[in-house]
Amino acid sequence: MIDPIFLLEAVINGILLGGVLALLALGLNLIFGVIDIVWIAYVDLVALCMYAVYFLVTLYGWPLPLAGVASIGVGALLGLAVHQLIITPILASPPINQLLATGGLLFFVQSCATLLWSTDHRSVRVTLPTIEVGGIFISFTRLIAFALSILAMIGLYFFLTRTYTGTAIRAVSQDREAIALMGARPQRLYLVTSAVGGAMAGIAGALLIIQYAVHPYFGGAFGPLTFMVCVLGGLGNMVGAFFAAFIMAQIISVGGVLVSTEMGYVIAFVVFIVLMFVRPGGIFARRA
Amino acid sequence: MTGRLATWALGLVVLAAIPAMPLGRAQEYIWHVIIQIFLWSFIGNAWSLMGRFGLVSLGHGAFLGVGAYGTVLLWNFFHVTPWLGVLASIALTVALALIVAYPCSRFQVVGHYFGLVTLAVGEVIRLLIVAERDWTGGSLGVSLATGAGASGLWTLQFADKRVFYYVGMAAWLFGLWVWWRVDRSMARAAMEAIGEDETAAASVGIHVTRFKMGITALSAGLTALGGTLLALYLAYANPDTLSGIGVSLRIVFAVVLGGMYVLLGPSVGTALTIALSEYLRIYFGIKLIGIAETIYGLALILFIIFLPAGIWGSLADAWRRRRAAPARTAPA
Amino acid sequence: MLDVSGVTAGYGAFTALWDVSVRVDSGEAVAVVGPNGAGKTTLLRVISGLIMPRAGRITFDGAEIGGHPAYEVVAHGIAHVPEGRRLFPQLTVAENLKMGAYLPSARSRFSESLERVYALFPVLAERQAQRAGSLSGGEQQMLAVGRALMSRPKLILLDEPSMGLAPVMVLRLFDLIRRVREEGYTILVVEQNVRQVLKLVDRAYLLEVGRIKMEGRAADLAEQDFVRKAYVGL
Repeated sequence: MIDPIFLLEAVINGILLGGVLALLALGLNLIFGVIDIVWIAYVDLVALCMYAVYFLVTLYGWPLPLAGVASIGVGALLGLAVHQLIITPILASPPINQLLATGGLLFFVQSCATLLWSTDHRSVRVTLPTIEVGGIFISFTRLIAFALSILAMIGLYFFLTRTYTGTAIRAVSQDREAIALMGARPQRLYLVTSAVGGAMAGIAGALLIIQYAVHPYFGGAFGPLTFMVCVLGGLGNMVGAFFAAFIMAQIISVGGVLVSTEMGYVIAFVVFIVLMFVRPGGIFARRA
Repeated sequence: MTGRLATWALGLVVLAAIPAMPLGRAQEYIWHVIIQIFLWSFIGNAWSLMGRFGLVSLGHGAFLGVGAYGTVLLWNFFHVTPWLGVLASIALTVALALIVAYPCSRFQVVGHYFGLVTLAVGEVIRLLIVAERDWTGGSLGVSLATGAGASGLWTLQFADKRVFYYVGMAAWLFGLWVWWRVDRSMARAAMEAIGEDETAAASVGIHVTRFKMGITALSAGLTALGGTLLALYLAYANPDTLSGIGVSLRIVFAVVLGGMYVLLGPSVGTALTIALSEYLRIYFGIKLIGIAETIYGLALILFIIFLPAGIWGSLADAWRRRRAAPARTAPA
Repeated sequence: MLDVSGVTAGYGAFTALWDVSVRVDSGEAVAVVGPNGAGKTTLLRVISGLIMPRAGRITFDGAEIGGHPAYEVVAHGIAHVPEGRRLFPQLTVAENLKMGAYLPSARSRFSESLERVYALFPVLAERQAQRAGSLSGGEQQMLAVGRALMSRPKLILLDEPSMGLAPVMVLRLFDLIRRVREEGYTILVVEQNVRQVLKLVDRAYLLEVGRIKMEGRAADLAEQDFVRKAYVGL
C-alpha cells in the first residue's frame, strides 16, 4: 500500500496545482462568458507571457517581480490585439469558424515560437527553500505561486463586483442589447474584457515560469486541461471553474502518485468525459 | 453532364499515369508526396462528413491513432495480417466513436461543448498511447515489425512505392465516392435539418440520435482506415503524428482551407498544405523549423476571416454564380 | 420634441414599418396601440437605435438621431424600457440601477437619481440586494422603469409595460407611470391593453400591419370601434 505521507503530499500538491489551474481557467472563462468565443489559443498566449518573463530576467537582467508585472502588461496587450485583429471580424460567424480562427492562432503562436526560440525548454531559476512539515516536502515556490493566484482571483472578483466597468462587463454577458440601451458600447466592453483576460494570462504566465519550463508546445500540455476545467465548471461559470480546477488538479496529482504521471492525466480526462455526459452543462450548471 | 464526366475521366487517367511517367531522379519523392496527399485527403474527406453538418470534431486524432496503432500492434504482437487487423481496428474505432457520440447526441452536447469533448477524447488517446509505453513504444513510436513474412501482400509491405500509389489513389477515390453518396442521400437532408434546428427536425420525425451516430461512425471508421494505411505505408506510428490535438487541428485546417462543403474541397486543401510544407522544407532545409506551420496558422486565420468557404469552395461558388448569370441577362 | 417622419424599417427581407410618422411634444404622453405584430416594438427599436431605418428621418430636440446606434441615442436623452423588461437577471436591483446610470452625465448625478427612484418605487429600496431575476413581475417592471430613469432622460419609451402582469398589477403599474409622468417626463408608450393606456395618455396612434391607421386625442380614440372590439376581443 502506498505511504500515506506520499498521498498527503500529492493532495497538497494537487491543491497548489489547482490554484494555478483555476487562474488559467478564470481568464479563459471570463472571455467566453462575456464574448461567447473560446480562445483555443489562450494557454499559448500564457506561454508567450512566460517567454516574456524568461527573456526579461535572463537577457535583460530584470528582477523577477518587475518582470512579473511587465508580464501582466504583455498579456493585456496580447488580449487587446487578439480581440481587435482576430475576434472582431468574426463575431457574427458561426461558432465553428470562431473555434477555427483561434485554433489557427494556436498554430501560428506555437510555430512562431519554434521559429524564433527553438524547441528548447526554458525556465527561470528561483532559489527558494523547500519546506518540510512533518515529513511532507512542499516547494516554497509553489506555495508563493498559489498564494499569488488566490490574490489575483480575489482581485478579479472585486473588479467584477465593485467597479462600474466590472459590473458592466457582467451586464453585457447577460444582455448585450440592454446594456447598449444604457449608453454602454458592447464593443468597448468586449475590448476591456479581452484586456483583462489577457492580463490574467500574464499573471498566470509569471507564476508558471517559476514552476515549469516553457517551450513552444506548452499550450499542448496545459491547454486541453484548461478547457476541460472550464467546461466541467460550466462554460462561463466563474465559480464553477474555480472548483472544477481543484477537482481536476486533485485527480491528476493523486492519480499521478497512485498509478503514473501520464495515467493521472488520462484518468482526469476520462472523468471529464464521463461527467460531460452526466451533466453536459458542467457539474455546476444551473439548468441541466 | 458529360462535360463534367469527361473532365473527371481525364484527371483520373493523368493521375493514374503519373507513376509511369519519366519524372527523373526525384520520382520516388514525388510519388511519396502524392501518396501522402491521397491518404490525408481521404482522412480530411472523412472528417468533413461530420464537419459539414456542424459536428465539428477537434479530436479526430483519436480515430487515426486507434486505427493505426490497432493494426500495427496486432501485427507486431499477434502476427495478425493487416487485412484482418484493419477490420479489427476500424471496429474498435467505430465502437469508441459510438460511445462518445451516443451521449453527445442524447444530451445535446453541441457546438463549443462538442468540440471540446472531442478535443478531450483526442488527448486521452494520445496520453494513453504515451502512458502505455511498454507495448506502444510511448512517444518514440512503434515500427511495423519486419522480418519473417513481412513483405508482400500479407502485410501490405511493398518494396515498390508504386503499389502504394495505387492503393492510396483507390482509397482516395473510395472516400470521394462515399462523400458523394452521403451528399445525395436522405441522410444529407436530414443532417442539414438537424444542423439548423434539432428540435424542429426531431418533431418532424427525423431520428436525430441515429443520424448523428451514423455519420460519426462513418467518419470515424474511414479515418481509422486512413490511419492504418498511413501507418502501413510509413511502417511506423507515432503518437504525435497520428493522435493528439496537433494532427486533429491540421486535418481541420486543410479541410477549411479547401472548403468543407464541396466534394474536392478537402483534397484541394490537403494538397495545398502538403505541397506548401514540402516546398518550405526543401527551400529552407532545417534552417527555419516551424515556418510552414506559422504560415498555415496565419493562412487559416485570414481564410476564416475573409474566405470562410475555403479556396475551392469559393471558386465553386463563383463558378456556379457565373453559370447562372447569363440566364438573367437574356434579352427581353 | 420627437419627430419620426416617413420611417420604413424591418428585419432582413421583412419590412415591419411602412412610411410611419409619429410626433411627441415635450411634456406629452403619447400611446401607440395596435394588434399583435403591428410593428409597435419595431417602432420603438428604430427610435432608440437598436434597428436602423431604411427610409425616413428621426429627430429629437432638433438633432438627427435616425440611424445612430443605441448608445448614442441614449446620450441625447431617450431611455428605452424594452419589451420583456430585459433586466440583467444575475445582477442585483442596485446593480441594475447602477447600470442605468452608465452615461457620464448620469453618473455625476447618481445619488440624486437613485433617491428619486427609491422614492417613486419604495419596494426597490427594500429589495436592493436581491437578484433581479428573482423579483416578481410587477417589481421587475418597476425596476425596468427605474433603471430607465437613472439615465436622466427627457423622453421615456415604454414597450408593452403591462405584458405578463396580473390585472391588479396592471392598474398599479399605470398608476406609477402616471406618477412618473407627473414628475415631468415625456412618455411614448406602446401597448396592447388599449383601454388602460388610453386613460393614461393625451394622444394616441393606431398602428396596424406597419402603417398608421388613425391618430388623435385619446378621448376621441376611446370612442372608436376598435376599442370597443378590444373590449370583447381581449
